[in-house]
Amino acid sequence: MMAFLRMAARALVVVTALLPAVTLADSSLNMRQGVTTLSREIYDLHMLITWVCVVIGVVVFGLMFYSIFKHRKSAGAKAAHFHENVTIEVLWTVIPFLILVGMAIPATRTLLAIEDSGDPDITIQVTGYQWKWKYDYLDHDIGFFSNLATPPEQINNTQEKSEHYLLEVDNPMVVPVNKKIRFLITSNDVIHSFWSPDLGVKRDAVPGFINASWATIDEPGIYRGQCAELCGINHGFMPVVIDARSEADFNSWVADQKQAVVAAQQAAEETWTMERLMQQGAEVYGRACVACHQVTGMGVPGAFPALDGSAIAIGPLEAHLEIVMQGKTGTAMQAFAAQLSDSDLAAVITYERNSWSNATGDAVQPAQVKAAR
Amino acid sequence: MSEAPKDSQHLRVANRRLATRLTLATVAMFAFGFALVPLYDVFCDITGLNGKTGRIETSEVRADRVDTSRIINVEFVANLNGDLPFRFEPGIHKIQVHPGETRRIHYVAENLTDQTIVAQAVPSVAPTVASRYFNKTECFCFSQQTLAAGERREMPAVFVIDPDLPAGVTTMTLSYTFFAAPGSDPVALAAIPDNHR
Amino acid sequence: MSVTSHEMQHDDHHGKPYGITRWLFTTNHKDIGTLYLWFSFLMFLIGGTMALVIRTELFQPGLQFVDPHFFNQMTTMHGLIMVFGAVMPAFVGLANWQIPMMLGAQDMAFPRLNNWSFWILPFAFLTLLSTLFMEGGAPAFGWTFYAPLSSTFGPPSTDFFILSVHMMGISSILGAINIIATILNLRAPGMTLMKMPLFVWSWFITAFLLIAAMPVLAGAVTMLLTDRHFGTSFFDAAGGGDPVMFQHVFWFFGHPEVYIMILPAFGIVSEIIPAFARKKIFGRTSMIIAIASIAGLSFIVWAHHMFAVGMPVAGELFFMYTTMLIAIPTGVKVFNWVSTIWRGSLTFEPPMLFALAFVVLFTIGGFSGLMLAIVPADFQYHDTYFVVAHFHYVLVPGAVFGIMSGVYYWLPKWTGNMYSMKLANWHFWLSVIGVNLTFFPMHFTGLAGMPRRIPDYALQFADFNMLSSIGAFMFGFSQLLFLVLLVRTIRGGAKATDTVWEGAHGLEWTISSPPPYHSFTTPPQVK
Repeated sequence: MMAFLRMAARALVVVTALLPAVTLADSSLNMRQGVTTLSREIYDLHMLITWVCVVIGVVVFGLMFYSIFKHRKSAGAKAAHFHENVTIEVLWTVIPFLILVGMAIPATRTLLAIEDSGDPDITIQVTGYQWKWKYDYLDHDIGFFSNLATPPEQINNTQEKSEHYLLEVDNPMVVPVNKKIRFLITSNDVIHSFWSPDLGVKRDAVPGFINASWATIDEPGIYRGQCAELCGINHGFMPVVIDARSEADFNSWVADQKQAVVAAQQAAEETWTMERLMQQGAEVYGRACVACHQVTGMGVPGAFPALDGSAIAIGPLEAHLEIVMQGKTGTAMQAFAAQLSDSDLAAVITYERNSWSNATGDAVQPAQVKAAR
Repeated sequence: MSEAPKDSQHLRVANRRLATRLTLATVAMFAFGFALVPLYDVFCDITGLNGKTGRIETSEVRADRVDTSRIINVEFVANLNGDLPFRFEPGIHKIQVHPGETRRIHYVAENLTDQTIVAQAVPSVAPTVASRYFNKTECFCFSQQTLAAGERREMPAVFVIDPDLPAGVTTMTLSYTFFAAPGSDPVALAAIPDNHR
Repeated sequence: MSVTSHEMQHDDHHGKPYGITRWLFTTNHKDIGTLYLWFSFLMFLIGGTMALVIRTELFQPGLQFVDPHFFNQMTTMHGLIMVFGAVMPAFVGLANWQIPMMLGAQDMAFPRLNNWSFWILPFAFLTLLSTLFMEGGAPAFGWTFYAPLSSTFGPPSTDFFILSVHMMGISSILGAINIIATILNLRAPGMTLMKMPLFVWSWFITAFLLIAAMPVLAGAVTMLLTDRHFGTSFFDAAGGGDPVMFQHVFWFFGHPEVYIMILPAFGIVSEIIPAFARKKIFGRTSMIIAIASIAGLSFIVWAHHMFAVGMPVAGELFFMYTTMLIAIPTGVKVFNWVSTIWRGSLTFEPPMLFALAFVVLFTIGGFSGLMLAIVPADFQYHDTYFVVAHFHYVLVPGAVFGIMSGVYYWLPKWTGNMYSMKLANWHFWLSVIGVNLTFFPMHFTGLAGMPRRIPDYALQFADFNMLSSIGAFMFGFSQLLFLVLLVRTIRGGAKATDTVWEGAHGLEWTISSPPPYHSFTTPPQVK
């Protein structure tokens, strides 16, 4: 019995040490307050329920542990004979009900606000893809993919992990602060879930269906989240990064984006040197291909084929163009025609044909890709 | 059955009868699992769950119910599922309508391949609360669309927003997603990997 | 032998057989109970090993041991094996051993059906486990197998998964039919329904839940199968179906399933706490009503698993309110347990230790459940480690501790031998510390923003993941003590008395330890 008491006391110490931790506002322990009115309301709700649970827990467990210490047989306790009491049973049915009503009221209020996505200042369509996001700015005619930017060397532990390991992307969603941003969320393939903890927004992306949510961000900053619904192999590798800027900065970003589209069109008209193709190709390979085919070009045996020495990568160019642009039946190989520009496709195919032990010497031009579309 | 049966003959009969009933209950619940499918559709019609839109006949539209005091922003969005080789976009991105007013819009789809493709458009409306008030009298999504090689087609949709639309709703988005029709065309299906079918 | 049915006489003609055929052809409820329990323990160890693979990979950020595809297979198989292979069969095993003894019956109502419902299980799980060795790997879409990840995007082994789920379902349903028939028809004279022990009551209600829920799961996997191979479009938007409907059908099964895994544990704990408090259970009738209301509510709360899927606000409110209501009967049960120990005469043998830990830790899982019911907050909690912490609190120190306390309670009765208290205490304390070390930090990793089902994570989650992994290994390996204890107790040890525990009441304690092969050949008269 003494051994039990000693152990129980130790367990109690551990529990009491952990309890305050539950309520710490430290962001590494607790839900983030976030940067929108709604996310703060959600946080307040969360803290309210947490405290209600802690208080009930302390009372119930307190009585329980008191009884465990006080009503031990070894301490001479004799069992009482009561085994029902209608009054108290009614009380502990009614009181919890009232507490629940007290919690339901603010919860309902916040929920109604969350679901009111009308009158937006800006609308962004978010489309989930295996395993990246696409952001389309419906009011600005801008659209781009957002891929994980963490290099595979960091994931495979051959390089030190950077500060925002797995929470960094090539193209973040850039948004203005103090504007009502409406997200229209859908998917191209399986169900994903668009989640930004700082915005208090989590909505499933369902193929064929469109979901709406919204946020008005108070302060500029970079807000990081992740896909929250299991969507296949690389579910853990499709972060959501939102870059909130002042309105002026946002407008100049929009202008830059439009400029970039024009520049890309011009670049596609040019004839590219081998060096330029290889440089650009390595970059594109790093974000579009490396997750499956690996840095080494060796793929993952049994799951993803090697490109190094493969019949496609050193065989006729037409077949290589087709598989990259149209995907391959029966495999996870996607069609990249809609996802990559002519120059990017030309570059990455050139890269694949001239890397590792592959040495075809082909310098594929954007014009060739355009012709193959 | 509050008292247990007393002798073996009765017990056997009672056991059999009970087992039969429970087996029937099991079969009924299995059937209920399938009944959830039509029930779900009814449920969606009533609640607008999942942004399923309504479909009504032209004759059901009543001209006298146009509510000119309200203006609703309606946005149009086009999506392609998987690697469907189409170009697909709305003819106009945004219009303003009064509830009760019948409006015709169109989408444009183009088959980018040199083969015929059969596809099905799936409509969806956001916010979900508004979807059951979004009624279409005519829509290219009512049936499968067959696009010949390289064909470009303007496809109309005629809709009317129910004037009973809740007051809070001011913006609606109509989204169409084109899917390759299941099992219809080898070319369209080639875009979906075998093990994904 | 006046009360036996034809089936029951079967064994008497042959006596007690020996060797492998005894186990293959047995129709004896105790033998079948033993088979169920050993099977579930084996599955517990296999599923646990998979959990340790997961925790090994998550020990540190970065991919170290397994690739993401295999990781997803592990999370999927771990879930399926623990739910359908470990927890559910363990409860059926306990029901097989205890229900006839507690009711004063000779055996189950359908002994041969009983044999069959057990022997389906090994084949179901061999099929499921064999998918690990198939091309394309085992199912990797989570135990919830959401379409279209499982339908159009599922690996070829999905069809074997569907087959094995069908077999598990048939096994559970046959078991449930048997249990209901035993309870309704084989009670000893004088044992009215209201006099039944609470464990039997909890199983009575659970069996109805099984009959109502498992066929819906069978329907869901059947639709999945026809979608995959026979051209239907239940869940395929392209053919007029709806992937979200899959989730509605799945959770219509899934939420009652959650209670199938906890109600019998409520029953076990309600037997044990009064025994070691030497005091009658407080509020016996309200305990039964609470179980029944939880079971009833379980059919109208399913969409609380899907708040993020995009429902009209009225639907979200409905499911939020119904879900919050569950806290009331659950609270009543906890208050009743606490009132039962209040002013009792408490001793702390291993069954009581597990039962008390159950009450505290299950309640913590209940609290996080209540938090998850609050829709706005759920948008932040959903599909994070907070949810993982929640359901592991109700399933591990909830369901699993409930099972263990039951085994510690009845093991001396079953074997006729007492076990080593010292070993059992070690097992308890290591388990309780291991469980909390594993799952308590998950609340924090979840709140901090770590999604579930990911093989690699951002650096800010590293500390708590390491703690969880250490705890998991501690919990996992301490189960080997349990194995040692079980084997040693079966082989020998101090002889147990018939009553075993000073405060134990009920028909099972009136017969010898170990009980005769046929417990009550003459039904006892219950007053």
